[in-house]
Amino acid sequence: MAANPQLNAHGELQHLLSIEGLPRGILEQILNTAESFVGVTEREVKKVPLMRGKSVFNLFFEPSTRTRTTFEIAAKRLSADVINLNIAVSSQTKGESLLDTVANLSAMQADVFVVRHASSGAPYLIARHVKPHEHVINAGDGRHAHPTQGLLDLYTIRHYKKDFGALTVAIVGDVLHSRVARSLIHGLTTLGAPEVRVIGPQTLIPAGVAALGVHVFHDMRAGLKGCDVVMMLRLQNERMAGPLLPSAQEFFMNYGLTAEKLALAKADAIVMHPGPMNRGVEIDSPVADGPHSVILPQVTFGIAVRMAVMSIVAGN
Amino acid sequence: MSLLIKGGRVIDPASGRDEIGDVFVDKGRIAEKKGKAEETIDARGLVVAPGLIDLAARLREPGQEYKATLASEMDAAVAGGVTSLACPPDTHPPLDEPGLVDMLRRRAKALARARVYPVGALTVKLAGERLTEMSVLSEAGCVAFSQANVPITDTQVLWRALQYAATFGYPVWLRAEDKWLSREGVAHDGDMATRLGLAGIPAFTETIALATILQLVRATGARVHVCRLSSAAAVGMMREAKQQGLPVTCDVGIHYVHLSEMDLGYYDAHCRLDPPLRSQRDRDALASGLADGSIDCAVSDHAPVDEDQKQLPFAEAETGATGLELLLPLALKWGSARKLPLARTLARVTSDAARILGVQSGRIAPGAPADLVLFDPDEAWRVMPAALRSQGKNSPFLGYELAGRVRATIVAGNVVYERK
Repeated sequence: MAANPQLNAHGELQHLLSIEGLPRGILEQILNTAESFVGVTEREVKKVPLMRGKSVFNLFFEPSTRTRTTFEIAAKRLSADVINLNIAVSSQTKGESLLDTVANLSAMQADVFVVRHASSGAPYLIARHVKPHEHVINAGDGRHAHPTQGLLDLYTIRHYKKDFGALTVAIVGDVLHSRVARSLIHGLTTLGAPEVRVIGPQTLIPAGVAALGVHVFHDMRAGLKGCDVVMMLRLQNERMAGPLLPSAQEFFMNYGLTAEKLALAKADAIVMHPGPMNRGVEIDSPVADGPHSVILPQVTFGIAVRMAVMSIVAGN
Repeated sequence: MSLLIKGGRVIDPASGRDEIGDVFVDKGRIAEKKGKAEETIDARGLVVAPGLIDLAARLREPGQEYKATLASEMDAAVAGGVTSLACPPDTHPPLDEPGLVDMLRRRAKALARARVYPVGALTVKLAGERLTEMSVLSEAGCVAFSQANVPITDTQVLWRALQYAATFGYPVWLRAEDKWLSREGVAHDGDMATRLGLAGIPAFTETIALATILQLVRATGARVHVCRLSSAAAVGMMREAKQQGLPVTCDVGIHYVHLSEMDLGYYDAHCRLDPPLRSQRDRDALASGLADGSIDCAVSDHAPVDEDQKQLPFAEAETGATGLELLLPLALKWGSARKLPLARTLARVTSDAARILGVQSGRIAPGAPADLVLFDPDEAWRVMPAALRSQGKNSPFLGYELAGRVRATIVAGNVVYERK
């Protein structure tokens, strides 16, 4: 197998494509750097000059508002110039190939490409073809990875639980289609969380997922028992009824997080969700808005984490 | 014209002959006695074997000349020592009417390189609905009927197609794949697909379809050749079916005895193949099934794809690998890894394939067509785009060094390829 395409010759982060394969040291570097930026985001002047004069291209081949916006805010707080390209409705529909699009933007002097694409692995293809001084950050590719989301989830867990060494974490719902779940699993196993569980019906759990180092539960109550962290996944509308699930209501009955089910987790358990939430499908409103929920802090930390990732790759 | 091939290591897989000797060719056929040869080839240090017979090589004509042309791929065939090839019907339009078949045969013949055996479409436009005019296509030169990589989903149609083909004794070549189950899938449904976030194709997509095919063979008596086995379970089913005396044979793509899902690495689109590369266990079962005869022969499954269609995210990339020029070295690599005698290795790409194709070539015996390959089994070469004559440079083995390189290829007694 080829060398890890994310690291440069010195073993530093050249691109952020996936949490898988990143050494623990790099994950900790990102989390620590993010911590230093959390202060910035709380100041009156929310800017640092770390990326002044650099250009960040937000390349979204798949629509997204939230992730694109947080990348944009993060880049601006680093004083970078941000160009948003909603490719889903521009050149791709005119038949331009992915690599042609990237080559054209590269000719416009980009430093960082933030890429979201519906196909797993697309950022790898781009990373193989950009110039040596250009960096690619994966903002979500197919079902494969969403590493900045994974990192902000790790950041949130570390913020509330301090240490990964004794944690039991449950990831609940549509693991099959979830890049968020994969990224979080790799992050947790790298940082030494001893017990990572995935909970869902067989139809939404991918084959051989145990090989990633997780325990599979189909019974949500059994899976939540003793958990420190409960990560609920978003269920896409198109999966709610069809061959994978009979209905959103039945999904909620079996795998929706209610206060009653949450009571099976530890008393100080935190509840996370990558957003946007489907209230009443994967999570009940009282839980989403309740004292265990850290869903909004996740969003805040997300900006600091994205600042950290961008400043680190741009500095390498 | 007569030709004497002198002093080579003559290997005839069909009889097991493996000795230093001469081969005499007269009027396009292997001849018994040595007369006076008009031309002599010094084959010292080389293996002299029957030319390779490849049951699946896409030439991309008609219709996909941007990927490859008949001329480029026929060059590739003889450069790879392939002297006979069967061409699947998945051209554009598909080989479902005699005019197309006739044109393909004429154009191939005019190029005077390898022999081309068209495989006709089993259903019109490969749509899996209406039967093609098999008798008419057979007269036009089709040697078998197939759906290429587009399995019939309507089992009623499959049943009737096999009944009809069995009526006239036409062989039917089928991929075993349940298209409903493999829908959206792009990689073997295992650890690797889960890690890479690729939609999976479980091995049971193959075994369920294979069970259907075998039951229909039992019911209809059709002669079925199962193409491109990909899973250990399917190898076991074929072994059992043969033991029960069913008239079935099968092949494996040569890439599948070497590669597994692990070779996808970081989304190597050159490993985007149909069927998908499966687990290492499956790969090992395919490699040993080919050795013990559960699998009859190996094919290149040659599919030249242009660079643009491979420079895409894995799931969007076109399937297939170039193979005509890799069939020999990859077969040798398989044989040497299993410590097989060279004659047994070569049988899987010559005489065994000839048996399925129903042709006289594939052996070195008096009267057989003088289709031969001369190669150095130890000559190493690096698989680079420039080293390949095929217009398709899409190979998972790009950059690898392989052993075994063709020196000369002879079809019907004529030297059609020679490398000094």
